[in-house]
Amino acid sequence: MPALPDSSEIFDVVIIGAGVVGCAMARRFALDGARVLVLEKAAEVLDGASKANSAILHTGFDAPPGSVEQKCIADGYREYLEIRESLGLPLLKTGAMVLAWDEAQLAQLLVLVAKAHKNGVADVAMLTRAEILVQEPHLSESVKGGFVVPGEYLIDPWASAHAYILQAMANGAELRRNCEVLSGRFDGVWRLNTSQGAVRAKQVINCAGLYGDVIDQRLLGSSDFKIKPRKGQFVVFDKPASKLARAVILPVPTKTTKGVVIFRTIFGNIAVGPTAEEQESRTDASTEAETLKELRRKGIEMLPGLADYEVTTTYAGLRPATEHHDYQISQRAAQNYITVGGIRSTGLSAALGVARHVAGLNARAGFSGKPLKKPVCPAPDRLSNYHPRDWESAGHGGIICHCELVTKREILAALNGPMPPTTLQGLKRRTRVCMGRCQGFYCTGPLATLTQGRLDPAIGEPDE
Amino acid sequence: MNSLSCNIAIVGGGTAGLALATELKRLGVEGVTVLERAPEAGGVPRHCGHYPFGLREFKRLFKGPDYARKLVKNARVAGVDIRTDTTVTRLHPNARLSLNTPEGDYELQAQRVVLCTGVRESSRAQRFIGGQRPMGVLATGALQSMVFLNQKRPFRRPVILGTELVSFSAIMTCRHMGMRPQAMLEANSRVTVRQIMRPFPALKGVPIRFNAQNIRIIGDKTVKAVEYGDATGQRHRIEADGVIISGQFRPESALLHASHLAVDAGTGGPSIDQYGRASDPSYFCTGNLLRPVETSSWCWHEAVETAGRIVQDLAAPIGGAESIALCAADPAIKFALPQRLVKSEAPGAMKQMQLRLAQPASGYLSAISGGQTLWGDFIESRPERRILAPLSPLLKPTLTAPVEMRFLGR
Ligand SMILES: Cc1cc2nc3c(=O)[nH]c(=O)nc-3n(C[C@H](O)[C@H](O)[C@H](O)COP(=O)(O)OP(=O)(O)OC[C@H]3O[C@@H](n4cnc5c(N)ncnc54)[C@H](O)[C@@H]3O)c2cc1C
Ligand SMILES: Cc1cc2nc3c(=O)[nH]c(=O)nc-3n(C[C@H](O)[C@H](O)[C@H](O)COP(=O)(O)OP(=O)(O)OC[C@H]3O[C@@H](n4cnc5c(N)ncnc54)[C@H](O)[C@@H]3O)c2cc1C
Repeated sequence: MPALPDSSEIFDVVIIGAGVVGCAMARRFALDGARVLVLEKAAEVLDGASKANSAILHTGFDAPPGSVEQKCIADGYREYLEIRESLGLPLLKTGAMVLAWDEAQLAQLLVLVAKAHKNGVADVAMLTRAEILVQEPHLSESVKGGFVVPGEYLIDPWASAHAYILQAMANGAELRRNCEVLSGRFDGVWRLNTSQGAVRAKQVINCAGLYGDVIDQRLLGSSDFKIKPRKGQFVVFDKPASKLARAVILPVPTKTTKGVVIFRTIFGNIAVGPTAEEQESRTDASTEAETLKELRRKGIEMLPGLADYEVTTTYAGLRPATEHHDYQISQRAAQNYITVGGIRSTGLSAALGVARHVAGLNARAGFSGKPLKKPVCPAPDRLSNYHPRDWESAGHGGIICHCELVTKREILAALNGPMPPTTLQGLKRRTRVCMGRCQGFYCTGPLATLTQGRLDPAIGEPDE
Repeated sequence: MNSLSCNIAIVGGGTAGLALATELKRLGVEGVTVLERAPEAGGVPRHCGHYPFGLREFKRLFKGPDYARKLVKNARVAGVDIRTDTTVTRLHPNARLSLNTPEGDYELQAQRVVLCTGVRESSRAQRFIGGQRPMGVLATGALQSMVFLNQKRPFRRPVILGTELVSFSAIMTCRHMGMRPQAMLEANSRVTVRQIMRPFPALKGVPIRFNAQNIRIIGDKTVKAVEYGDATGQRHRIEADGVIISGQFRPESALLHASHLAVDAGTGGPSIDQYGRASDPSYFCTGNLLRPVETSSWCWHEAVETAGRIVQDLAAPIGGAESIALCAADPAIKFALPQRLVKSEAPGAMKQMQLRLAQPASGYLSAISGGQTLWGDFIESRPERRILAPLSPLLKPTLTAPVEMRFLGR
């Protein structure tokens, strides 16, 4: 048994939850000079809402004007573009088109464009049907009209969050995985009881995503909101199909959802989704055969060429939505406690902005360190299909996953890195093994040997 | 970037690639190189740790791994240059390839390229199998590779989806490491393999559940159960700790899809002519890449014949710029192979076309061009059984309209 961590230290900030929001929060506070501890109940980071999304870096053009969400998306978007090169994070400048497929939708376009302009996204502009079909020649002829959002981009949803937490760690933050916050009490200092013992902190930030309300209840006795998980299912098509669309194809949104989107992924595929299905469970991200078939059908309706390509994978994610129409960020100054809840369907884009917003709420007085002048930048996961990959440079030790061209060197680097994966899921997110068209047909065997003793559960038990 | 050259570059060192290379050497061809992305050549048989392999081609019964070793040894002895850990990453026009190895990238210029990249089983996603996404959901191929090449047991009580031949290999593979399949689930009302195999799972104590619809996988981190509906719509649950997604093969055609070569929607493999050439005639194709799926022994013979055509083509080019399409013009026909008939007198062309039906059926199969029936016969078949039809009636120099294969069910 490893010794329990020293509980005498009082951390400046304890962050509960290592989703993309918690990771960005840890980075912000570590760079601001705080002594940061991140507690994550899962065996891996990004195991909640941040596990599965559309990976679009939104401009916030359609966010409610004046909302916290809109401000955080705009700030997060800006900061991502500022820091991404120093962190080695990829960006695919696709732009997006919001398309109308019937008269009712057509009538809404101008309202949406006006809203975008109000949100400061000034380059949003109407397109004629002819212009749309010139720019996206594979679209169905039945498109009626639309507008372009040039600034909507694609990013790597996992590498970005990994980079945030790794930068935090490289600059002094600590991460404890398999560490669930169970209860706590504040008497000038926070004392949290976790599944790995007690932890003390001056300040607590609840970034528990799908459990945001539960953490508030555990620590404060009540919560101002209730999480209403909203599931989104996706169908991902094989890489050659990605030539069928350049821009992200967005529908005219409804009140509850942005609707079914067609988007390329930075890994080289093209996907259709998500659905928006309210459910009770905070963990069950099941897919349903009928829904997946319907998504494929909808995709083909908009982009008929998709019919010729095979499906690579299907997945689902859970949005931490609430009964409210905005993020639920609130501060209890008397208790040195901040809730960052209900970061529903735009958290990947907004995470850096949310962290900035929270850092602004928090009086910086009392941090143990000073803001870092030259923060360390960790080595990122380089998984973009549109940028140089590891297999392209010599000495990679052999290709293990042939569909995604993942090398032995890459897998070992992840396994021996500063935040080694402890589950196959975690290894997939860091390297893309088993995530290609064969879904492990060729690489599961070699991978079982390469990862022996490193993953729990293991890919297979040795046969004695 | 380093440049290399060879005479014949063979992509894939499985049954087909190795048999072809060995035969080319036997026929006196110099400069035959096999490019294999795995650390060892041998292909799929390397991890099929069971019989029966080799009976027709070597007149002896082998287990897969021994058969693979024999293929590799024969090729080496014949003087074939086998490059392992060498992935072909791109196909370029006129027999030029991009290669990746642990030491770096290469460009390889050959006189002819032969694609022999084989087949794999389709995945859970391709079948839209719903439910949660725990680990422990494997294709038979992945299971075999774990068991026979990596000595690892992924689970102990799996459910097997499918009742193809390979599904029975899955049972044998399980037995090898003491895994006990809990059931086989079959979407149809009868097993997919020939009826003679039918008592086999019962003998091994594995129940078959027919008409299993809307299968869902349950389990968060690892598999806990598999649920399915029966013919009456009633749901059932089988406790299990793994799922084997077997069969429903498809060509490993990733390279093709990203290349200049034409792909056939029916087979999922390359569109070829009666000499086995792709739409770029410097590329030949053989083995299971051509279609799902034949036995290793079939692939071996097909490859040996292809070698003869390549030798022919090197000596006196097959030519045939003009061609007409041969197509499965009926939804009842899953695919027809070859997909093009070129006008060439060169010897060595395939004697027969290969077809499969989409559903079990009996009826009249015919070849029609411009309203004229060139050939026809009564057949009875099932999707997993090959149908062979003669090509010679279709090879008339006067034909100009595409040859359409039609099927009239009884
Ligand atoms: C289908 C779908 C599509 C989306 N598309 C996009 C998109 O294209 N662009 C975009 O910007 N956003 C998108 N999003 C939104 C984005 O994914 C979410 O907003 C974001 O992931 C929320 O992150 P989070 O950190 O708040 O929550 P989470 O990722 O859920 O993180 C919370 C963490 O807290 C941990 N935790 C919970 N309880 C405890 C406890 N007691 N102790 C310790 N740890 C605990 C959890 O294990 C979890 O890791 C999408 C979301 C979905 C579901
Ligand atoms: C799981 C499974 C079980 C089977 N069981 C049996 C059985 O019991 N009996 C039987 O007779 N038949 C069986 N078959 C069918 C048959 O044995 C195989 O399909 C046979 O090996 C076909 O030979 P092949 O050369 O066409 O393909 P393969 O043997 O699959 O060889 C293809 C080779 O190409 C290589 N390759 C692919 N892409 C590249 C690239 N880009 N660069 C370099 N190399 C590449 C692969 O690594 C592989 O070694 C089985 C097939 C499968 C998939």
